[in-house]
This record gives sequence, structure tokens and C-alpha cells, in this order.
Amino acid sequence: MADAKSQANRPLSPHLQIYKPTLTMMMSIVHRMTGAALYFGSLLLAWWLIAAATGPDYFAYVNDIAGSFIGRLVMFGYTWALIHHMLGGIRHFIWDTGSGFELPTVELMARLSLIGSICLTLVIWVFGYMAMGAL
Amino acid sequence: MSDMRTPLNKVRGLGSAKEGADHFWRQRVSALANVPLTLFLVVTIIALAGKDHATAVAWLGSPLAVIPMMALVISGIIHMRLGMQVIVEDYVHGEGVKIFCLMLNTFFSILVGLACIFAIIKLSLGT
Repeated sequence: MADAKSQANRPLSPHLQIYKPTLTMMMSIVHRMTGAALYFGSLLLAWWLIAAATGPDYFAYVNDIAGSFIGRLVMFGYTWALIHHMLGGIRHFIWDTGSGFELPTVELMARLSLIGSICLTLVIWVFGYMAMGAL
Repeated sequence: MSDMRTPLNKVRGLGSAKEGADHFWRQRVSALANVPLTLFLVVTIIALAGKDHATAVAWLGSPLAVIPMMALVISGIIHMRLGMQVIVEDYVHGEGVKIFCLMLNTFFSILVGLACIFAIIKLSLGT
């Protein structure tokens, strides 16, 4: 390992804040952020499954929390994070084949996955409300 | 000599981290599995939204739901553990703290996974 003191005086390469933000850069950052959010969001899935396995009273209690305004807001964000991360992953699958690296293609895929994630999230929620008979 | 690597090293193809493309590959395989399994979860949650406990248990405890749910949990925690490992390795530089965070990552992932699996087994056996 390098000595920390000798490192301190060396010039450092510029970091994120020196670059003008671009869509592809934001998409990369958001992909990691949604991944981290989903990581902790896994606790919600565990909570819901445990509630179902516990019994009717506790399940109703957790359903009430999930159905509250804050609960719905969190679940809406969770849905978007899930879909956005999934579409980002599909972009990575395309890149894994060695194609899609031309700048216009990269830009187009970034736009499509952002628009796609918002649209799909809304579609899922419309279906959700329809299934509940609220629409 | 233009290449300092030994022939054995080249054949093994494991690189300096001694893991080769293992991390990358597991990340991709779990990602691919997560796509249909996550969509299954979304459909399940929509179908059960606002439904009572008996309906939820009847569906979540049936083999058609138990197997994909377990697959999702296993594939999901493998994927999220690998992802968080990269985040820790990128941002946590102190060697001691890094190793601690990497262990915490493993413990958290396994604990969440076991909690989910336990609940699914309990549901499948009838509560």
C-alpha cells in the first residue's frame, strides 16, 4: 500500500464536480443510487412477507401503513427505482454485446430508459388502482 | 518481452484480483434472473393490493408463488450484495473500515434473505 503522506502532495486528477453534468452521466449516477435504494428497500419486502406470515392483524396493520399517503409515496418511489434500475440493466446488457457505444445511440438509450421508466411506473400504478377498483 | 505475465497466469485469466470475471458474470446472471422475477413480484403486489389476509396467504402460499418468490429473494440478495460490494470498494478507502463494511454487506444481505425465505416457507406451510 502507498504511504498516505507521500500521496498528499501529489496533484490529483479532476473529480466529478469539474465536469458539466450530462444526461448519460446522471443516468449512471442514478443507476447506482436506485441500486442502493433498492438494497435497503429489500427490507420492505421482508417486512411485508413477514407481516403476511404473522397473521391477519399484523398484516392489516402493515397494509394500513403501506396504504397511507407516505406509504404510497415510498412505494411509488420504490416502483420507479425498480423499473429505472431494470431498464438501466437492460442498457448494460446491450453494451455487454459490444454494441450501442456510438454517442447518438448512447444518448438515445439514456432518453428512452428515462422516459420508459416514468411511463412504466405510471402504467403499473394505473393497473394497481384498477385492480383495487379505484379507477 | 512485451508481456510480463507468465503463461500460466494468461491461461488462468484471473487477473490481479484473482477472481477473473466472476463478479461481473454473477452480477449479469442474477440481473437477468431478476427481470422476470421482479415483474412477477410487481404483478403479485398489484393483485394483492387492498386484498385481505386470507387472499394474500392463499396466493403467497401456493407453489406457483412460493417458487418464484424464493427465486427472486435468492437472485435478488446475490445481486444486491454484489452491487453494494462495488459501492463500498469505490467509496470506502480505509482498509479496516472497508473490510468491516464488506462483511456488514454480506451479513445484511443474508439476514434479509433468510427473513424473506422464512416468511415464504411459513406461508407455504399454512399459517
